[in-house]
This record gives sequence, C-alpha cells and structure tokens, in this order.
Amino acid sequence: MPQAVSIQNLQKEFILHNQGGTRIPVFSGLETEIGVGESVAIVGQSGQGKSSLLKLIFGTYQATSGSINVLHQGAIFNVVAAAPHEILSLRRSTIGYVTQFLRCIPRVAAEDVVAEPLRDRGMALDEARNEARELLSRVNIPERLWHLPPMTFSGGEQQRVNIARGFAAHFPLLLLDEPTASLDAENRARVMTLIEDARARGSTIIGVFHHADERHRVCDREIDIGQQAK
Amino acid sequence: MKKLLSVQQLSKFFGEQLACDDIGFDLYEGEVLAIVGESGSGKTTLLRCLAGLLPPNHGRILYHGKDGRQVDIVLASEAVRRNLLRTEWGFVHQDARDGLRMGVSAGANIGERLMAIGDRHYGHIRSSAEQWLGRVDIPISRIDDSPWTYSGGMRQRLQISRNLVTAPRLMLMDEPTGGLDVSVQARLLDLMRGLVRDLGLAVILVTHDLAVARLLSSRMIVMQNGRVVEQGLTDQILEDPQQPYSQLLVSSVLQV
Amino acid sequence: MSSASYNFAYLSEQTKRMIRRALLKAIAIPGYQVPFASREMPMPYGWGTGGVQVTAAILVPEDVLKVIDQGADDTTNAVSLRSFFVKTAGIATTEATAEATVIQTRHRIPEAPLTENQILVFQVPIPEPLRFLEPRETETRKMHALEEYGVMHVKLYEDIAKLGQVATTYAYPAKVAGRYVFDPSPIPKFDNPKLDHNPALQLFGAGREKRVYAIPPYTSVQSLDFEDHPFEIQKWDHTCALCGSDDSFLDEIITDDKGGHMFVCSDTDHCRATQEQK
Repeated sequence: MPQAVSIQNLQKEFILHNQGGTRIPVFSGLETEIGVGESVAIVGQSGQGKSSLLKLIFGTYQATSGSINVLHQGAIFNVVAAAPHEILSLRRSTIGYVTQFLRCIPRVAAEDVVAEPLRDRGMALDEARNEARELLSRVNIPERLWHLPPMTFSGGEQQRVNIARGFAAHFPLLLLDEPTASLDAENRARVMTLIEDARARGSTIIGVFHHADERHRVCDREIDIGQQAK
Repeated sequence: MKKLLSVQQLSKFFGEQLACDDIGFDLYEGEVLAIVGESGSGKTTLLRCLAGLLPPNHGRILYHGKDGRQVDIVLASEAVRRNLLRTEWGFVHQDARDGLRMGVSAGANIGERLMAIGDRHYGHIRSSAEQWLGRVDIPISRIDDSPWTYSGGMRQRLQISRNLVTAPRLMLMDEPTGGLDVSVQARLLDLMRGLVRDLGLAVILVTHDLAVARLLSSRMIVMQNGRVVEQGLTDQILEDPQQPYSQLLVSSVLQV
Repeated sequence: MSSASYNFAYLSEQTKRMIRRALLKAIAIPGYQVPFASREMPMPYGWGTGGVQVTAAILVPEDVLKVIDQGADDTTNAVSLRSFFVKTAGIATTEATAEATVIQTRHRIPEAPLTENQILVFQVPIPEPLRFLEPRETETRKMHALEEYGVMHVKLYEDIAKLGQVATTYAYPAKVAGRYVFDPSPIPKFDNPKLDHNPALQLFGAGREKRVYAIPPYTSVQSLDFEDHPFEIQKWDHTCALCGSDDSFLDEIITDDKGGHMFVCSDTDHCRATQEQK
C-alpha cells in the first residue's frame, strides 16, 4: 500500500552567497511516512523547519539532499528530483497548499479569488462563484465584502479568504501552514470544520498548527521534527 | 501535458558582443514561463530569437505544431516563421504601437489575422472582432475607433486580443505591463491569468518586474549577462533562490 | 516623318531591349512588379514617363498609335505625347480605338472592346497596392512573395465599417491569375471588369517608381471584395447627353456659372462612334 508521502534522509540548509556563503542549516536526516487519508500535525521548536518541511513537499523549497516521494495519480513522484513541469502537474491535481498569507492579484474581487482554483479545474464562472460564495460564508466573510478586493480587508479577513481559496478545490494531499494564525476562536472553529470536511472526503492532511487543541481535534498523530531529524 | 517548445543551446552574438549564450529550456502546454533579469541581461534578445525575429548564431528552437509536426524555427523558411507568428503564435510588444496598426480601427486590427488566413466574410470578421473585444473587456462600442483614441492599458488589451483571434498556443510577451499604471497592470495581469486558463495558452513572458513574474508565471528563468543563472518554479526561485545572483536579485526587490 | 536626330521612338536600342526583357518577365509573371532601369525622359516624372518608355520599347514602324488621357484624345497631355511619338517614331496615329494597334492611356480603359491585335499601355503613378498601409519597400516585397495580402482586405473592412461600403472608386486593387494583388493604375473601378480576360495584352509602366507589370491576354483579374459585400461598378442616373449611351463611364461637365451641368462620355472616341451610328 503506497504512502501518500514518504520522506527519506531529507536535508535542508540555506547558503547565503551574498553574506560570505553563510550556511543556515534547517534539518538533516529527516525520515517519515504519512499514509493516505491520515491527518498529521508537524510539531517542533521554532526554527526547526516545520514550515520548511511543508514548502519542501510542495516544491517551493529545494532540498539540499534526500527524497520526498508523493503519491500522484497512482504513481510515485520524487519531488526533489522532479522537473518543474512535473511538480506543476502535482500541484494542479494532487497537492494543495494553504499558506499563512494571502497573495493574489490586486483589485480582484474576493469571490473571484476564491473561485480561481475551481476555474483552473474547468468549472464555469457562475458555478465557481456560487461555490466560492458558499465557502466565504462558511468562513464568516459577509456578503457585502464578496465583490471587494481582499487586499483592502483586515488581516484576519484576508486569512479567511486565503483559507476559503485553499479549500475550494479538492486535493488528495493538503498542506496547511498555520492556517488559523490570525483568527479568533470562533473563526478557528470554522476552519477546523473545513479541515474535517476535507478529511471526510479522503484527503491526506499535513499541517502546522499553533494550538494544541486544533491538533487534537483534526489530526490523528503528530510528527516531531526534532525527533524525526538528526 | 504536451511539450510545446524545446530550446537547445541557443546563442546570439552581435559581432563580438555576447547577447545570450547556451540557453536551454522546455515549455509545456499551459505553462507561463517568466524570463527575468536586469537591463542587458539578454532576455529581450532571447525572446526575439524565439519569435524568429532575430537569427541566432547557434542552437535549436523546436516547436511542436498543432498538426503534430516538429519545426526548428531556426532552420525554417521565413514564410513558415511569419505564418506561425500569425496563427499558432502571438507576440505582444511592450509598446502597443509596435504591435498594432495604429492607422486602422480596433475592429480591423483584430480582424486582420482572420483576413490574412483567408476569411472573406465581412459580417463574420466583425462579429469575431466584437467577441474578442468583449473578451479583453474593451467596450464593443469602441470597435470602430482608432487605437490612437485608446488609453495605454486599452491598447495593450487590444494588442492581446489581436493576437488571440487565431487561437494561438504560444504567446510571447515583452514586458506587457511595462509603462502602465499599477491599477491598469493589475487588471491586465488578471486578464492574462484568465486567458491562460481558459484558452490553455503557454506564455513566455519577459519582465524585469519580479512581482509580475510572481503573479503570472509558474516557472522562471533568471538571466544575467546573457546567461541562464537559474531556472525553476517561480515560487521556488523567489523564496529559495540557490544562485548568488538570484539571491541578490530577489533580495533587491522593494517591499511596499 | 521622324526627326533625323532621334533613334526610332527616342530610346536607344539597348534601352528598348532592357525594357522588353523586363516586359517579358512581367508577362511571364502576371501582376508581378518587375524593376527596370527607368530612363531620363523629355518630360518630368508624373507626366507618364513609364507609359512612354513601355510604348517606345514596343513600337514598330507599322504600328498605329492612339493616346488618351482620362478617355479623351484631345487633352493637352494626350496631344503632347502623341506628337512626341510622331516626332521620334514617325508612326501613324488615330483617335479611333478600333484602328489602333497600340493604345497608351492615362486613367481609363476604352469602352470599345479590344482585340488580340492590340496592346494597351497604362501610365502608373504608384505601382505598389500595399504602399498606403505599409511604407517599407522591403516589407511589401516580402508580403507579395509570401502572398500576405490580409492587409488589403483590412482597407476594405475599414471602408465598410466607416462608410457602409467600400470607398475606393479608382485604382481598385485586384488579384491577377489568382496570385499577385496589383494596382491597375488610377482607372475608375468601373473599368476593372474590362481587365479580366481581355484579349489584348495589357502593359503597365511606372517611370518614377521604375516598375513594369503586365496582364497577358485572357488572364483572370478579380477585384478584391467580401463575400457579403461583393464588388460593384459605378452607375449613373443619366445617359450621355451627346450620344445617349447608358453603359459608358460618364464625366460631369459644368457648363456655366449658374450650376448648369451635363453628363458626357469620358471616352471621346466611343461617344463619337455612338453618335455616328444614330
């Protein structure tokens, strides 16, 4: 039974060439496996590389060495060795990523920002917008804001739009990087519900969560980076 | 995803002066590739070589056509190149005036490619022009106006629609948002994103603006002094640049 | 009688050979503009030097020459050119279209149908039909070579969009033998149908621009148009006031200071012949 994600001997360090080649190690020798449908929380001290691990899986960070094998459309792909167009293919249909910060084209309405992943999958404009509006409601973004560009919103509102976008399309593997960081308790609970729905649909979840109660609510187990790496 | 373009060992010299050297990359359907670099990096020369507007000194540019045949742009006849640029490819100039016929109406500008491939029905040409104006958010009432009466952003959108009318598979763009107001830029970027998605376009985009590259492209090539310094996923190069020059370039961007 | 100091038809024999070679090439490639070494002529550019050089190159002593300007044999220019050839070639001249073997014309094709024994020589100001939209000679040559004529229809499109119909009424572009688009010289579009499958050889000379082109006999010449806006010739509400013709090209002549006018055949010989029949 292939794993959703299988990591071997993963090492990541940054080399700052313009500062005399200063090396900043993140971790090395990381080994872990995550099964299909599992929900896993990455835990560890600050600076140990929790976010970095997610970015490595998504391909935003380039590993120094090691392998990250991801199950994609029935086959195994090593993200570390994959060509850019292969990683793009992975991101199109398999790996979704909810970042900490909303980044989008300015002056685009919130409902269109959220609808975008659905439109990328070929959904018609009206249908995509309707689903987007439903999601925005679920994260408590009032209707009067739907047609406004989210860059004008508060930090918390922007994050909720970001989350709505992240959950718009179904991904077999979902990476969540502190999705509730700037949210109050009520909105955090709403996001937890979205995650639970994704789990119910069969998604594998790998997340970094700030609050322990969140981890307990949506995750099966924890992976401690400090322990899994050398 | 099918491979659309394969560039191999492409080099261009102007006499002794190196413009670009040993450039190689592949492009797949639906990908947006940004070529970034500072002035003099060779990125515009590279783009013009790709478009067949400049003959390279060395290398191959293999294009996989709609009919499944492979064409080496470098070796192809001028007739083949010019035809490609009017049908399966598009070229958007930085200054819209270079890519439009300023002396004729917007409708004629859009219709020209159709007329060039043999369309001889005025009504059909006009309704296609109306359709494409709508697609790029230009009011249809402006169809008979000259591009001289258009704003910079509108001219750029007109240039884009003029290229799209023959359903190209590959668009080459030279700083398409350069010189436009930021709000106009945003609108144009959103339009291009939508078009790339809806039409399955592949785009090669030259820009010095990393923010534009970030918002529009999925892959990036960093050039310096005519050479490729680094290439990879856009977000990877912007967040985890590996090469010294890439790191310098990314860290030099002003934060708003 | 020709003046003893001129070579026959003014040009040297070598020059005539050069022009004839260019003309043969032009005939071999219908509608294609062939460059030629245009000579200094004893009239300025813009006064028909191209047509004169073509006529001079093809004239033989047995020819009968007719020269018309806007359809008339008796305008100043027609008279001047005719006497030029009388002086330098000593050939017979005529005003009757049917009697001529060579007809040099500015801006009209005679109404009387021509025969295989006749050659029609046109005076051309600007030979390049694409010039108005593309000023670069390097580019227009490529466009002809690659048959890139979309831009011609752009002009027609513009006219229809702005005016509801094609506004071009003279020098109306046409496609020759299905290949080259050419400028038939500033003849009214009324005359364009006469270009098509004409039994006569049609030669075109542009002296200032240094080009000749040709339409061999019985060649297809199709005026450009759209399927839903087909090519149409001009029509008048009047008939000729002198001969009553209802199917010839009419000029409007102002007869007095009070706005009096009349419509008269532009082709003077045709008008005369029609009157004589009545």
